[in-house]
Amino acid sequence: MNDLIPVSLRVNGVGYDVAIRPWRTLLEVLRETLAMTGTKRSCGEGQCGACTVLLDGKAVSSCLYLAVEAQGKDIQTIEGPVGGDPALEQIQSSFAAKGAVQCGFCTPGMVMITKDLLSHNPEPNEDEIRDALVGHLCRCTGYVQIVEAIQDAARGMQDAAGEMARKEGA
Amino acid sequence: MNKDPHKELRDFQVLGRPIPKKDARLKASGHAEYADDITMPGMLHGKLLHSPHAHARIVSIDTSRAAALPGVRAVVTGSDFPNIKFGNLPQTRDYLPLAIDTVRYIGEEVAAVAAIDEDTAEEALDLLRVEYEPLPAVFDPEEAMKPGAPQLHGHAAGNISAHSAFHFGDVDAAFAKSDYVREDVFETQAVKQGMLEPHACVGLWDNAGKVTLWSCKMSPYVTWRQLSMGLGLQPGNVRVIQTFVGGGFSGGKQEAMPMDFCAVLLSKKTGRPVKFVHTMDEVLTIGHMRHPMKIWLRTGTTTDGKLLAQHCKLIANGGAYSSIGGFSMYLAGAMLNLPYRVPNIKYEAHRVYTNNGFCGALRGHTIPQFCFARDSQLELIAAELNLDPLEIRHCNALQPGDVTANGFRIGTFAFDECIERVAEISGWRGKRGKLPKYRGIGFGCGSHLSGARLMGHSASAAEIKVQEDGTIQLTTGSTDVGQGADTVLSMIAAEVLGIEVDDVGFTRVDSQTTPVDPGTFGSRVTFFTGHAVKRAAEDARAQLAEIAAQKMGADPKDLVFRGREIFNPKDERQRIKLKDVVRWGAFQQGKIVSGRGTYAAADEKIDFRTGEGNLSPAYNPSACAVEVEVDPETGRATVVGFWGADDSGTPLNPLGVKGQVLGATVMSIGHALYENLIRVDGQVMNPSFRDYKMPLATDLPKLADFQHSNVITWEPEGPFGAKEAGQGAGTGVLAALANAVYDATGVRLTRLPMTPENILFGLKRVQEQNSNRRP
Repeated sequence: MNDLIPVSLRVNGVGYDVAIRPWRTLLEVLRETLAMTGTKRSCGEGQCGACTVLLDGKAVSSCLYLAVEAQGKDIQTIEGPVGGDPALEQIQSSFAAKGAVQCGFCTPGMVMITKDLLSHNPEPNEDEIRDALVGHLCRCTGYVQIVEAIQDAARGMQDAAGEMARKEGA
Repeated sequence: MNKDPHKELRDFQVLGRPIPKKDARLKASGHAEYADDITMPGMLHGKLLHSPHAHARIVSIDTSRAAALPGVRAVVTGSDFPNIKFGNLPQTRDYLPLAIDTVRYIGEEVAAVAAIDEDTAEEALDLLRVEYEPLPAVFDPEEAMKPGAPQLHGHAAGNISAHSAFHFGDVDAAFAKSDYVREDVFETQAVKQGMLEPHACVGLWDNAGKVTLWSCKMSPYVTWRQLSMGLGLQPGNVRVIQTFVGGGFSGGKQEAMPMDFCAVLLSKKTGRPVKFVHTMDEVLTIGHMRHPMKIWLRTGTTTDGKLLAQHCKLIANGGAYSSIGGFSMYLAGAMLNLPYRVPNIKYEAHRVYTNNGFCGALRGHTIPQFCFARDSQLELIAAELNLDPLEIRHCNALQPGDVTANGFRIGTFAFDECIERVAEISGWRGKRGKLPKYRGIGFGCGSHLSGARLMGHSASAAEIKVQEDGTIQLTTGSTDVGQGADTVLSMIAAEVLGIEVDDVGFTRVDSQTTPVDPGTFGSRVTFFTGHAVKRAAEDARAQLAEIAAQKMGADPKDLVFRGREIFNPKDERQRIKLKDVVRWGAFQQGKIVSGRGTYAAADEKIDFRTGEGNLSPAYNPSACAVEVEVDPETGRATVVGFWGADDSGTPLNPLGVKGQVLGATVMSIGHALYENLIRVDGQVMNPSFRDYKMPLATDLPKLADFQHSNVITWEPEGPFGAKEAGQGAGTGVLAALANAVYDATGVRLTRLPMTPENILFGLKRVQEQNSNRRP
């Protein structure tokens, strides 16, 4: 179609050149054009947080963000970089261990907001965790086990950082 | 009850430990494939056209301009289907795949298009021309029952969609004997399931005439039957494949929906797979929600608060179609028997058709509404009779071994213990009456069943294929919808076979290959399917023991399965790896190990016409206390503490049970304080998560003040002592919150939700009454 425009996106460290209609959101392009379906489509208006991705490390609702605007930015999604991401893996493992995943539809967004939170606040208190989750809905858990998982992930990342420092010191 | 309820618990190898959900890592990394994640070569995208009228005759539909739009591949309307009504119960089949001559609510599906992409399909909807002749509409159930009201369905005189009535004992005599009698009216609102995954499906009608539907169904076999019925096909020609389910809570994921029918019929017309995904606006506008109810409750007691009689009259706003509404009406009244002893009971319920989106099941079904009325009123009775709120509950509590007025046989039922546990962990006795102004604590109780004996299909089945590496493949017809069925059912199989949870592969439902099953609802899965899995595993274990005994020269009765091995505790030389038994049996003996088990709870019956019979094999009580703080300036009630307890029998996976009880609790907090699907002349005014307010992480108490405790019993009817956990814990929460708001403010709210404005108006009334009283 003649309304397609070329767009270059960098997702999880890999560059993609795609042709899209200019009104397509980042969520639509990730899911439909790039077949990265880990990011979920739910409310479509930035209320539920299921579509959260990180742009230059900061959480955004990809359903409200035009793909064209994401050009030149570092886009991180739940799929993570090739070769893995220790922070994502720690968060995912804490979510599983603490029972924070039920139906799992909110989980990718919850994991991404946790990554954002812990990257700038490695030791959040409970209020800070709850404040970070305010743009995210979960209908299954009542949030208790999600808050516990984020606390667990923070501890796990601190422990890993401590271990790294100890090894470097030795 | 078992003399030592913890004996078998102590002996558990796998059960009783908190085990992470089997699919949690897959879901947390974005790799779980939900229905909307499916793409297929050549797949088209469908969209539905919804009625803008609450009640109208369809005069004509012109599809020509839409069909001519470039990129549009096909259009279907109601007349493309065979005009066969379908539904849950034989007497309430009133659904059509698409409306044919009449639309009965705003949002009802009228036509559908398939196009090369969603944008094109959306554009095509604007080109469909439907000529309507508007008809008089009725939105209030009491108006709809009056003579001369607009009639929705030819078969339902007076718009009565379902009726349930029963009388046990003699209420008139009991009221005459009562020292104290009071009547109150309570009203509840429309509440949505609120699952984050919108309904989605992919349909394929292949050129051999076989229909396949991939969809996020909680009850794929219900969908399978309804789809076959509405399409006029033999069920054998229809296949339903369950995808991961992104939250269900009943509703459209229990049934065949218009999108399911349209996906397959558009596929037939185009020769391509067709995908539909609802927008959240559609999800919130179409039917499927909790029944709004008006509940009139008359109760008679002795001076010391002993319940002698309850008479309940209930009117439910059913909306335009039946869904499972017949059962919904029975169930609310059945709760007159639980969790209190009420010797004389009378119940009359009417579910009324109106020109609103239709209602059906939603977590707890109609139990939370009734429990709200009953436990709110109990608090009023206690206050009038100057009784302690806990005492009035204790003195009426059902006890193990009771048979209720309607014939429920109560097995384990640690209700007294639940009340005391909540009093203890909440610090009730130190708080009640002692909290500062505008802070209050309230108590509420409820109950639930562990699966229902239904007139239709109740039984579950399971199959276990034992594989040559010693792992197993477990197939059931039950679905994991996030509640943890995949894990707890795998744990049961692993426990019996002496293997680990990771050794069990859990299969999602495919109607072509998995055993038939009613689905996930009514808190039945751990109980019914859990039993079937236990029996299938025992069957497989017996076959394995035969083979092992033959190989080792042992007596199969002596063999123990543990740690992936089979051994004879009496003779240490007789020990063999499970996988070696499977291989030897299969390769040398031609014995392929495959276990089967079923469970039907068919030992007792229930008659829904009289209301008499034992609905469930087990019942669980629950109690909770809620502490609230009310802002007198804004009227906003904040939940600052929650303490619950229930008797779920023996929790098989404590991590899963915790998630279920807390999830159910928070859903009820939303129902009590925030959620309300507002309809004005049938038009939903808040079809978005921006305006339909569900609880957020910041609306809830801190972890330290948000606790649930399991009172552990060993239910002999349950698999390994278990009972239900997913719904009962939420049933007493509404009344507890109403009672807490009353304790904090003196404002008694009998209508939900308890919004800031309702509380604020209440505060003004209380202040006026107080100032009038002064000289």
